Parts: sequence; C-alpha cells; structure tokens
Amino acid sequence: MQIVFDKINYVYNNGTAFSRHAIKDISFTINKGEFIGLIGHTGSGKSTLIQHMNGLIKATSGHIYFNGEDIYGQNYNLRQLRSKVGLVFQYPEHQLFETTVFKDVIFGPTNLGLDKLECELRSYDALKMVGIGEDLLDASPFELSGGQKRRVAIAGVLAMKPEVLILDEPTAGLDPKGRDDILEQIAKLHRESGMTIILVTHSMEDVANYADRLFVMNRGELVMQHEAREVFSHYKELEEMHLAAPQVTYVMNALKSKGYPVRTDATTVAEARDEILKLF
Amino acid sequence: MEMIKVKNLSFEYIRRDEDGNVESINKAIDHVNLDVKKGDFIAVLGANGSGKSTLAKHINAILYPTEGSVWVNGMNTAEEKNLWDIRQSAGMVFQNPDNQIIATVVEEDVGFGPENLGVPTQEIWQRVEKSLEAVGMLEFRHSSPNKLSGGQKQRVAIAGIMAMKPECIILDEPTAMLDPNGRKEVIATVRELNQKENVTVILITHHMDEVIYADKVFVMEQGRVVMEGTPREIFSQVDEIKKYRMDVPQVTELAYELKKAGRAIPDGILTVDELVKAIQAIQK
Repeated sequence: MQIVFDKINYVYNNGTAFSRHAIKDISFTINKGEFIGLIGHTGSGKSTLIQHMNGLIKATSGHIYFNGEDIYGQNYNLRQLRSKVGLVFQYPEHQLFETTVFKDVIFGPTNLGLDKLECELRSYDALKMVGIGEDLLDASPFELSGGQKRRVAIAGVLAMKPEVLILDEPTAGLDPKGRDDILEQIAKLHRESGMTIILVTHSMEDVANYADRLFVMNRGELVMQHEAREVFSHYKELEEMHLAAPQVTYVMNALKSKGYPVRTDATTVAEARDEILKLF
Repeated sequence: MEMIKVKNLSFEYIRRDEDGNVESINKAIDHVNLDVKKGDFIAVLGANGSGKSTLAKHINAILYPTEGSVWVNGMNTAEEKNLWDIRQSAGMVFQNPDNQIIATVVEEDVGFGPENLGVPTQEIWQRVEKSLEAVGMLEFRHSSPNKLSGGQKQRVAIAGIMAMKPECIILDEPTAMLDPNGRKEVIATVRELNQKENVTVILITHHMDEVIYADKVFVMEQGRVVMEGTPREIFSQVDEIKKYRMDVPQVTELAYELKKAGRAIPDGILTVDELVKAIQAIQK
C-alpha cells in the first residue's frame, strides 16, 4: 500500500460563514504500480482530492500515509513527498517558461539540489519517455504544437523521478490523435517503469481503456472504487451523478434489453466486438 | 440566401524580427471555399493547428483575409463599415466559460451585449429573459455565475450571444473543459437554438459524437478543407478520417470492426440505436 487515505475531510474556509465541505470522509488505499482513473462531475472534489496527495492542501481531519509514513507527522519531509508524488495540473503547458525545451525540463531536478550530470541525465530520459525527439531539445517551448507542449510539461514532472504521477485532465483540448498519443505514452510509462498513475479525466472511454480501478467522486464523496466494468454496469447511477458510461456499454445494454444473450460489461470497442461476434 | 460565404480564403501569419523584416510566413488558411446556408448546422473538425479557429475568427471579422474574401449575411468582412453589423450577426462562444463571463449576476452578464449595442432598457430585459429561457437557465437569472457548473456557465455565455439576436453562432470547442453532462447540455442547447430559432450554427470540436447531428461536416488539415459531407458520409470513411488525426464516434468504430470481421453491417453507423437495429436486421 503506497498511498492510504484514512477518513479525510476538507472544509474550505473552515469556521467562517462561507465554509464548504469539499471532501467528505474519504478512505482508500492505492497500491504501488496501480493505474487509477478518477472521475466525477465538475466541482465534485477531484482536484481538491489530488492536491492532498502531495501535501499541497492539508486535510481538516483524517490521516494520509505515504509508503507507511504519516505525512502529517511532526518530522515528515513534505518537500521530499512533493518530489515523489508528481502532479501535472490542467493545461500544464501554460506553466512552461524557459527559452528552450531542455532548460524547462531541467528546472525541476535542479531545484531538488541534484548534481548537474544527474539533472541532465534525468531530463534526457524524461523527454525520451514522453516521445520528444532530440531535435527539439533546443527549440523554444512556445514554437511547439499543443500536444508537444503538453508532453514537455509532463517531462518536467517526470524528471523529478516521482513514484506516483498524477495527471489532471491531460488530454483536454487535444485533437483525437494527440489525445491517443499522450495516453499511450502514459500507459507505456506505467508498463515500463511501474510508476503508479492517477488519471483525472472527463472521458469515460479513456479510463475504460487504461485504468485498473476507477474512483468515482460525487459531491465530495468517494462513491465507488472498483474495476471499470463494475463501475460502468451502474451507468444509470453514473448519469445521475452527471457522468456516463462509454458508448459501447450502452450498445450492449440495448442488445440485452432486446433479448440477445450478451454480457453487458464490455467497456472497450474490442470487448464489445468480441461479445457481439459470438451472436452470429 | 447564404449566411456565410467564404471565397478562396487564404490567411498568412507573418512573423517579423526586431527590424521589421519578414522572418517566416505561416499559411494558416490555404484557399478555403465554404458556403453556409441560413439555418444550417455546420461542424468543423481538424487537428490542433489545422486552421479551424483562424477560419472562425474570419467569420466575425476578428481577422481579415490575406487573399480571397468572407461574406457574412451579404456583407464583406474586409469593409470596416460592416464591422459592428457583422459582429452582431455572427456571435462567438469560446472554450473557457470563465473567460467569457464578466458580471456578478447571471442576468446582468446576459444583458451586457445588448446594452453595448444601445438597445433600450425595457427591450434588454425582454431579450435577457428570452435568451435565458432558450438555453434553459431562466431559473438561475439572479444567481452568481461562480456558483454554476461548467455546462451552465457555457449556456449563460450562449445566452449572452443570443441576447444580441445574432443570425449565426460560432462555437470554438465549447465543450472541451466540460464533464459529460455539461457537454450534453451545451450540445442540446445548440441544437435547439438551431431547430427552434433557426439560428445558423458553426461548431468547432474535437468530440466526434457532437457532430453527428450536423447538416454538414468539414474536415480541415494544414489550412485546407480535405473532407466535406454529411456526418454519415464522413464517418463512413474510418481510415480516411483517422489519417487527419481525427477519430469516429465509438459506436461507429464498433460497427466498422464488426463489418471488418465479415458481418453485414452498413457503413456510417452514427448512433447506438442504429447499430442495434443493424444487428437485429442481420438476425432476422
């Protein structure tokens, strides 16, 4: 168990007339190397939740353990936690600022106080991991395409060698190919380095394709934490929470209601195809 | 009559160095022709950087053609005297709802546009009421925009445009930042305005399932229109559309996979319902 949340509550403006209970009594464990999809309507508390994971926000009550240690303990090194839990915010390309791609990526590890060679090695590795070629190292980040910029921004976080990578809607605003490219890179990273991934997204298709488990947030509560097929079988409840299931889930359910003997728990195109091909 | 006529349009972004010498020329739009009839629902697809937004900005005269011309409601966008009439005829909704809302109360935000057009106060309130009703947000008229969800904010932004009584609305990725429900709300609102109020709609999006109701789809690549047709015609060509960094709706992909496996499924399935019917037809 790498990350443990024990009865976490967070109240904005606690003790004032404007207090708002954003996170309600959340408990879960995430194991090393898991790929978690975090879904929930706008304002459901997803972003507040992930900011607890690297100590950017301190819970109003409850405990968080990272690798067995209480991060609110007296001698706990929060700075080190932040280098181990990398957080990629929404539209991370807005945070690019250096004159070249390489300088931007090396900024993070340099700040960790590592020696120069180590920083350079890490930066090369990180850029390679996100599929940015050597020809772009000296380019200005501002001359790149939207998808490339975003990958450079992700490399900046990877260069810190985090054990956990949290991405807040990494595909928003990208074209379908750019979206698939980024997700493939993340999946590859997960496969090859065993890094724990937490993916926050509005795309049900994306989490169905990649995540081991889905966490579903609704009005500040964690209401489900299961495999995708289990979560999407509750598609009517998901709709009440302003979410949905992948389109193929609706196809399978429609076929079932017409009397076809199909399993309804397909969540990807390939699963649905194989299940329908059994019919005829 | 044509609502929008884009004739042989080219647009170049010219970069200059400090001395004003031309450093590079980037052709963002390359000889595009486009006709949109009044009351049409048009969708524009295309990769990041393919020129969709640049094209949209020509339609309400934020940018002017380097070559060719753009006509909105019979007015040439290159003529300065037409500017205000064009901006009123063709309203624009952008990606981020938070950047478009300026007032602290919903109804004041919606009234901002017509107020600037010099509409009499009494009529402003009538328009605000009618626009909020059209987007299904009337019950929130006294709310603070901060308290709304992303989909609701975007509907308020659309109401703000509607209050200026445009004949055409251009939406540039209006759902990119929204959750599934917010996306549904916005697209339903746009379709209703198109059908009930006969507003011409130009929708730019990366979500394939949002364009299936369009009358016509244009696919852009590197500043050119490379595909053009009804959603069914476009999405029948799965391999072709993927070449342009696009995708097809998931149900279309599933139908295509079934067909590839030798089952008699027609091309260009667009909805869950159509696929279920196609499967039933085989079984009979």
